Amino acid sequence: MDFLLKSVVAPGFFTSQPVITAMIVGGGAAIVSAIVGVFTVIRGQSFAGHALADVSSAGGSASFLIGVNPLLGFVVMALVAGAGIEVFGVKDVRERDLVTGIITGAGLGLAALLLYFAVRTTSTTGAAITVMFGSMFAISQSVAPLAIAVGFAALLMVGLLFRPLLLTSLDPELAAVAGINVRLVNGLFLMMLALAVSLSAITIGAVLSTALLIGPAATALRLASRPGIVLLLAPFAGLIATFGGILLAYDSYGWGGGHGWPVSFCIVALVLTLYLLASLVSRFGIGLKALDIEA
Amino acid sequence: MFSGFMLNAWLAGSIVAIVAGVVGFFVVVRGTAFSAHALPLGAFPGAAAARLLGVDEFFGLIAFAGLGVLGIAALGRRNRHDVATALSLVTLLGLGALFLSLTQQYSQEVYALLFGEVLGVSNAELLPVAVLGGMAIVLTLAFFRPLLLSAVSAELAEAEGISAAAMELLFLGILGFATAVTVPVVGALLVFSLMVGPASAARSLTTRPGPAIALSVALALVTAWASIALSYVTDWPVGFFVGALGAAWYALGRIVVRRVGEVRAPVVQ
Amino acid sequence: MEGGDEVLGVADLSVAFPGHMVLDRVGFSLRAGEFCGLVGSNGSGKTTLLKAILGFVKPQAGSVYLSRAEGRQPSVGYVPQKIALDSYMPLRARDLVSLGLDGRRLGLPLPDAERRARVEAMLSAVDASGFAQERIGNLSGGQQQRVLIAHALVRRPKLLLLDEPLANLDIRSAAEIVALLRRISSAEKIAVLLSTHDMNPLLGAMDRIVYLAHGRAVSGGIDEVVRTEVLSRLYGYHIDVVRVHDRILVIAAESAGEAHEELAHEPAHVAEIP
Repeated sequence: MDFLLKSVVAPGFFTSQPVITAMIVGGGAAIVSAIVGVFTVIRGQSFAGHALADVSSAGGSASFLIGVNPLLGFVVMALVAGAGIEVFGVKDVRERDLVTGIITGAGLGLAALLLYFAVRTTSTTGAAITVMFGSMFAISQSVAPLAIAVGFAALLMVGLLFRPLLLTSLDPELAAVAGINVRLVNGLFLMMLALAVSLSAITIGAVLSTALLIGPAATALRLASRPGIVLLLAPFAGLIATFGGILLAYDSYGWGGGHGWPVSFCIVALVLTLYLLASLVSRFGIGLKALDIEA
Repeated sequence: MFSGFMLNAWLAGSIVAIVAGVVGFFVVVRGTAFSAHALPLGAFPGAAAARLLGVDEFFGLIAFAGLGVLGIAALGRRNRHDVATALSLVTLLGLGALFLSLTQQYSQEVYALLFGEVLGVSNAELLPVAVLGGMAIVLTLAFFRPLLLSAVSAELAEAEGISAAAMELLFLGILGFATAVTVPVVGALLVFSLMVGPASAARSLTTRPGPAIALSVALALVTAWASIALSYVTDWPVGFFVGALGAAWYALGRIVVRRVGEVRAPVVQ
Repeated sequence: MEGGDEVLGVADLSVAFPGHMVLDRVGFSLRAGEFCGLVGSNGSGKTTLLKAILGFVKPQAGSVYLSRAEGRQPSVGYVPQKIALDSYMPLRARDLVSLGLDGRRLGLPLPDAERRARVEAMLSAVDASGFAQERIGNLSGGQQQRVLIAHALVRRPKLLLLDEPLANLDIRSAAEIVALLRRISSAEKIAVLLSTHDMNPLLGAMDRIVYLAHGRAVSGGIDEVVRTEVLSRLYGYHIDVVRVHDRILVIAAESAGEAHEELAHEPAHVAEIP
């Protein structure tokens, strides 16, 4: 047993401060992203999540320039973008994809500019990588408290709005008949999405954050049909991918070449693997129906 | 600004703009926004792998763009942004990050591939860019009417003996060529803006497809030239100007539509 | 006609979309427990009328009165024609019905014996107990409809609105749904307004009928409304009402097209037969 542990986990893993910070922030991001992600997938808003993440990169870049907590930059920008999407909402799906893509482009262009300034005026190197692809082992400890607060706020909102969110996602007309303020619920959901996306952006980067958002969620949705079970499975899958990815990246430093694999890639690869496994399992009819027990 | 090495930039930029203008018109009309967004992102690791291997990045782009075309085609007709497609894309992006992390100049290269570079096309690459770009344009114009008809209605096209599936595959291929050509100059993340911004404005301003394509190309050229010139003068990244101008054209198109009161759909002669 | 137990009152309701009048001074009322068919061909304005009653569409003129249950919410249940269903939606039939009871509530749902009992009772009332555990995405059209009816009824509304529930059903299923609705309506004193383009499946069950044509309406008992003179006046051109083997056929005259043009210049008539 000891030997197994030693061969899987490279030495120093459990005592390294960057690793511990990464596990806390990454774990929190995984849980929040997975839960918000379940609603994102069933509402068909994956593209919006992708767009919010990309645009928030401008905020992340700005925080490098100004020198503030990067999570703050991501969160503020994502909230602004979310409000923008709600206000300039378009009905037709095709048109919506176009405008989302255009806003994404403008936001990314802005990020490019701010990163350029950041490199010129400050001494930070690798800003582009940190913002776009994340630098999980370089997250400063000061980010952790804000991350926990943001994550907590997002989960609180989901918990409070659980039933109205389900009904609204199923059919807005049914929700309206039940007396739910559909516009308000939709707007609040975009806020939740913005918070979740920011959290995963500082861990695996703006461009890759969609993986943590929709991967574990889609995995859980393949395997179970009760909403409660799905919302437990998804964060579980997210945590496996995140912790596994951190472990893998940490180990890779010892594989020669003096340079480890990026954590974000490891996490994303695990997310995809889990999803493919779940797809295979569900196709062969071995669902987790046993878990659909009466409470 | 117009001498020596910058000549390359102007030539490549112009080719890229014409291709983006022509192909972008059909992206807007056919509603293939997701593929147009996804292919450049999928091609990114190809360029990264090429840099890692020390090979001309152009070939990497083509190879992975080709894989992307096959992948999207194989996953069937998904009008929804299916989870599998989105996840595969993100994984390819992560793969690109992995390849780049193994090279010497990680940050610079990430930046150039994502956001574009004025001198993104080297002398050696100019000929393949021209050839590939030319092919994309020629194919699009040759299949102009079938592409347009199948965009309006798959059934109408089938009635005329045009296979809608074949047109989809053809257009994906054209998009692949266009992607490989455009990424080095404007960056993987901004290809979409260059294709869609000018084309959206053109679609809103004119009714007939011929003038719409011409206008789309013209606006794309203006975008590319302005972006290159401004980038040269300020040293700011090309991608920033492309993103901003793309959004401006799109906004223009939407304002005009609201004034006129209806969207002008292209009329098939 | 105001009765003490009037559940729904529509008065002088007009709705216009750019270019044409969809509803033209429509008026009728429903009392508790009445089963009413809203009949009209496609484009006659049935769906718009339902949406105006529900508050989804704002009328240009006229009003809608809905009796309120305890509290401020009007007590209405609604069964849309179809809901867009994703294969990803993690809701079983039983969950959907449960949401009909508490979909508005904030916070996480705690296990509640009374709620479960009501959901079970409702599921069995619509004969859906057999597939209560299935994901709603896996249900057939008819099964989904039963679940939607259960969802709408579980809170015991005073009024139930259904938008073309019989449109995609075969004759046997349609008859079953109508019988089911009639049964529940009588037992629970719930008023039912059910829109359809073919009144025949409802003939045995309907107490009243609201007949819509070109946005104008006539309401009353079936024998009073579905007559040649009444419908001809409503349509503005000659209509034949033919009864064949317990079925009713409504046939428009040949020159109906031109007659429709003249209609536009005539003052509108709305008839309410007491």
